[in-house]
Amino acid sequence: MSTEMETLVNREYKHGWVTDIEMDTLPPGLTEETVRFISAKKEEPEWLLEWRLKAYRRWLEMTEPTWPNVHYPPIDYQSIAYYSSPKSMKPLGSLDEVDPKLLETYEKLGIPLSEQKLLAGVAVDAIFDSVSVGTTFKATLAKEGVIFCSFGEAVKEHPELVKKYLGSVVPASDNYFAALNSAVFSDGSFVYIPKGVRCPMELSTYFRINAANTGQFERTLIVAEEGAYVSYLEGCTAPKRDENQLHAAVVELVALDDASIKYSTVQNWYAGDENGVGGIYNFVTKRGKAGARAKISWTQVETGSAITWKYPSVILQGDDSIGEFYSVAVVNGMQQADTGTKMIHIGRNTKSTIISKGISAGKGQNSYRGQVKILPKAHGARNYTQCDSMLIGNACGAHTFPYIDVQNSTSDVEHEASTSKIGEDQIFYCKARGLNTEHAISVIVNGFCREVFRELPMEFAIEAQKLLGISLEGSVG
Amino acid sequence: MSLLNITNLHAAVDESEILKGISLTVNAGEVHAIMGPNGSGKSTLAQVLAGHPAYEVTQGTVTLEGEDLLDMEAEERAWAGVFLAFQYPVEIPGVTNAYFLRMAYNEVRKARGLDELDPMEFLDLLEEKLKVVEWGPEIMERAVNFGFSGGEKKRNEILQMAVLEPKLAILDETDSGLDIDALRIVADGVNKLRSPERAIILVTHYQRLLDYIVPDFVHVLAGGKIVKSGGKELALELEAKGYEWLTGIPEAAAV
Repeated sequence: MSTEMETLVNREYKHGWVTDIEMDTLPPGLTEETVRFISAKKEEPEWLLEWRLKAYRRWLEMTEPTWPNVHYPPIDYQSIAYYSSPKSMKPLGSLDEVDPKLLETYEKLGIPLSEQKLLAGVAVDAIFDSVSVGTTFKATLAKEGVIFCSFGEAVKEHPELVKKYLGSVVPASDNYFAALNSAVFSDGSFVYIPKGVRCPMELSTYFRINAANTGQFERTLIVAEEGAYVSYLEGCTAPKRDENQLHAAVVELVALDDASIKYSTVQNWYAGDENGVGGIYNFVTKRGKAGARAKISWTQVETGSAITWKYPSVILQGDDSIGEFYSVAVVNGMQQADTGTKMIHIGRNTKSTIISKGISAGKGQNSYRGQVKILPKAHGARNYTQCDSMLIGNACGAHTFPYIDVQNSTSDVEHEASTSKIGEDQIFYCKARGLNTEHAISVIVNGFCREVFRELPMEFAIEAQKLLGISLEGSVG
Repeated sequence: MSLLNITNLHAAVDESEILKGISLTVNAGEVHAIMGPNGSGKSTLAQVLAGHPAYEVTQGTVTLEGEDLLDMEAEERAWAGVFLAFQYPVEIPGVTNAYFLRMAYNEVRKARGLDELDPMEFLDLLEEKLKVVEWGPEIMERAVNFGFSGGEKKRNEILQMAVLEPKLAILDETDSGLDIDALRIVADGVNKLRSPERAIILVTHYQRLLDYIVPDFVHVLAGGKIVKSGGKELALELEAKGYEWLTGIPEAAAV
């Protein structure tokens, strides 16, 4: 191994700056009062407060999971602030009223919020710490009956929908972090696509953590009625800070019969420095429930966060429903990721596909954890899993934990796995053809991820490729 | 000025010396064959000339058109016109042959101050080059060398050579693992690429390749040194007598 492969990690995180804006931040600490405060601040109805309190009480009885293959000092949940919003925020303000500093923030992140400047065909909901800054193209979407708004707004404007579906896929008691989120979630996005409607544009939420010592607990709920279609994208960044910050989100997808939801994530939270100081703890629960002939497709590109713990899953409840999971997870420096999916086959002839690409560089540790469960009534169910790991350098690790549980003999489950190493020989081959080292690595890694990138919407695919380049910058040579 | 000038080249890998003083001059238009038994340093010489980082040059000089080759990164050597056809071409899954080749071509163009070609323009160029190795366009949509047979990999190397138009092409055991048909196609391809402006170094263990690509000079490498040089008839002599009579020669008699 030459020095080229040994010199590690010298990356620049380009979203590491802080917006200087006056914030209303709840002092650190979590009690029943905190939950009540958040609910009151958001002017929530009684039933939602009760729902939160129930989740909070449940959370108190639960213990933090220790099974993930990640290591971090115990989190002091009393040292985290659970609510933070810009002082200038008016509830439900239109985009015209948004503080220019916030608009600048998103402009700088490459997410202009004025509709004229936006990418045609993408509507954006921007979440800044605990609140939604604004949602674009609402009027255009409303014409089709599509609802795309902040979660807080949905609670006020469409309480019947929220009440019906909130917690219907990820119950408050599902796991430790989902319970915590259910108790203290602040904002997030809500999407509703009526029966038979194909959402005319890509919907996108951009999450930004800004305040220090603040957790971000957003909640996303997407409901696609019978035969509806929607493609949804989320992106995330945070400033560089020396403390670890907790991000515990919950995403629920409901695809009724014949509906289709495509959910794409480019996660680029701050990863901490090369010594593992700072960075986001990204502990997220994402799950979808698919009705008959419905399809739910998760695509994720995970390059950021100090620790990632997430398993976007699909409950294949209806007959002939389809679940897909395409993932690229990159760890560099001291990053740790334990990510994968669960495919729960309940209905007949349900199909799932899992393509996971893990890339480890620096001292990063990358684990794929996946569960494929075929229940007794899932006749003719099929799963195909492909799980590939790539190692860059000698100090990183790749781990695979597949769980396969088949209870129906007419089903068909396939699992393929590979581990490869970007070798000097691969890089030398590219160099001998005139590509420099960085270029060579980017070509090799992007080739490795191709099956996942081609699932992303065009602009996102380009963004993801660039991000991958930045994440691995300095990992070799 | 000669194209390539190697003077007293010593090179080591993991502190063990493999090349022990090689001197060789190659002019444009010439084809040189480097032969020798396994472990004689043939492939090391090819890798050192192309700039593989695992080899450390401990002594000697190498110049290409008077420029210090050893001072250049591997990619800079490619830009300067050095091409190594690999003995074991590397697979790059997920990257199409067309994309890879265009990128390589454009990097070399850029370094020479020429305009890059867009995918459509490149396709036209490629159509011509594919004929060199008797291939149709299908091959370009496959990932670089991924799942290629041994013969296909070697043909792909020659295709790359045809596209990149090097001044100096080093073919490392290009005949190994080829059946007779593939050998003919590869050798025909190389012959089509012979030109007065280009030098070719053939590194090979067997004389067989030289029936197809007739060299101007043959050098025998043994123990990290050139122990004998001659014309194409030397290859036939080696075929008849084997290498022992040469490797047995006392050190003092070596060139």
